[in-house]
Amino acid sequence: MNLTVNGVEHDVASAPLTSLLDVLREELGITSPKAGCEQGGCGACTVLVDGEARRSCLLPVGALDGAEVTTVEGLGTPERLSTVQLAFTHHYAAQCGFCTSGMLLAAHAYVEHGGSDDRAEITEALGGHVCRCTGYVKIIEAVAAAARGDSFDLETTAASPGMTNIGGVR
Amino acid sequence: MTASADVLLPRSPDEAVEAFGDGSDVTVIGGGTIVLPEITYGRLRPTRAIILTAADLAGVKRDGTTVTVGATTPVAELVDLPAPVGPCAANVADGEIRGQATLGGNLCAGEGAGAPRGDLQGALLAVDAVARSAGAGGERTEPLADFLANRRGRLLLDVSFDAPAAGAFVALDRPHTHEYTTMAVSVARRPDGTVRIAVTGAGTHGQRLPSAEAAAGDPAAAGEAALADVAPQDDALASSWYRTKTLPVLVRRALAELKEAS
Repeated sequence: MNLTVNGVEHDVASAPLTSLLDVLREELGITSPKAGCEQGGCGACTVLVDGEARRSCLLPVGALDGAEVTTVEGLGTPERLSTVQLAFTHHYAAQCGFCTSGMLLAAHAYVEHGGSDDRAEITEALGGHVCRCTGYVKIIEAVAAAARGDSFDLETTAASPGMTNIGGVR
Repeated sequence: MTASADVLLPRSPDEAVEAFGDGSDVTVIGGGTIVLPEITYGRLRPTRAIILTAADLAGVKRDGTTVTVGATTPVAELVDLPAPVGPCAANVADGEIRGQATLGGNLCAGEGAGAPRGDLQGALLAVDAVARSAGAGGERTEPLADFLANRRGRLLLDVSFDAPAAGAFVALDRPHTHEYTTMAVSVARRPDGTVRIAVTGAGTHGQRLPSAEAAAGDPAAAGEAALADVAPQDDALASSWYRTKTLPVLVRRALAELKEAS
């Protein structure tokens, strides 16, 4: 069966009941989706399947013939980060990083689908994602900034560590 | 191991029914949200599996006030349906799960060891839904309560119901990454004025609460009466004792909301 991951077509050899997560990590060596709980509870494995945020641990690869999958490796490059990646960087929205790839893809889908910078809506959109560092405030600020279309100059980010847009939270 | 499983991908409802046969020794996969972790963790080792993704069993159809929902319709597509069904669907897990989980999985999955499954069962019982299914003996259409009691060996095709005059949904959730539904009560007022009350999470599957329905005019009395209809379980989300204390409150609140919605 065929799977297009980050624009590259793959002929997948794994058994059809293998999770997409295992195919990505074990067969294709794409390791940004994390194996957290592997039962749909944590969101660390979220990828985009045909543009929609989905838990890759819950999808049997046999159901995905011909699907287009996007992982963080396909979002942007170190030289040219995507909007949500820039926003996460500027707002220091990553701590240990384990949840970050799932958060980024959920945030990317939210912004792409026209999501606003409303906190309640962002919280709902990221509702399936756990950050065990509990760094939610900065993550939500980053998604709000990306949704607003804020522009970021990462040259100055280091000099003003995320304190410019923190919406009253200290 | 999964490598030895014979996996079928039917491309039409007829192919799905044929692949399912009498349902013996078949693992049916709709969205995969319940089944796949079981396979990944090795608790379930299917010899034969059917993936329904391409079987053309999804979609919501409306004909006048009658709503028909295909078995593989994602829960997300039920969110805009009339109460109690819509609010109940919106209460399931989180957006990513709702986009993937199906009506059929929600109604057909076996009892969960750690937490109740089948949030939609109560809401659909409250609107007198009927289930159309295939399996040994051919296709049949029956009240959802009968289907739930004998769902092993059946392949759900769709569920239909008439939109109620008014409805309400009240849930007791337990926060996790997404909120698991410990117990939920759905109420609906039929066009003839009678009230249906059903619960999810007070037994092995969703059930109507006839004693509460008989007392529906008095919410507090209906709440207490509901206890005669259930035998709540202990599980990872709540004890039987806690459920016994909570059910009357949920029934009372749901009936109060129904009064406001009417």
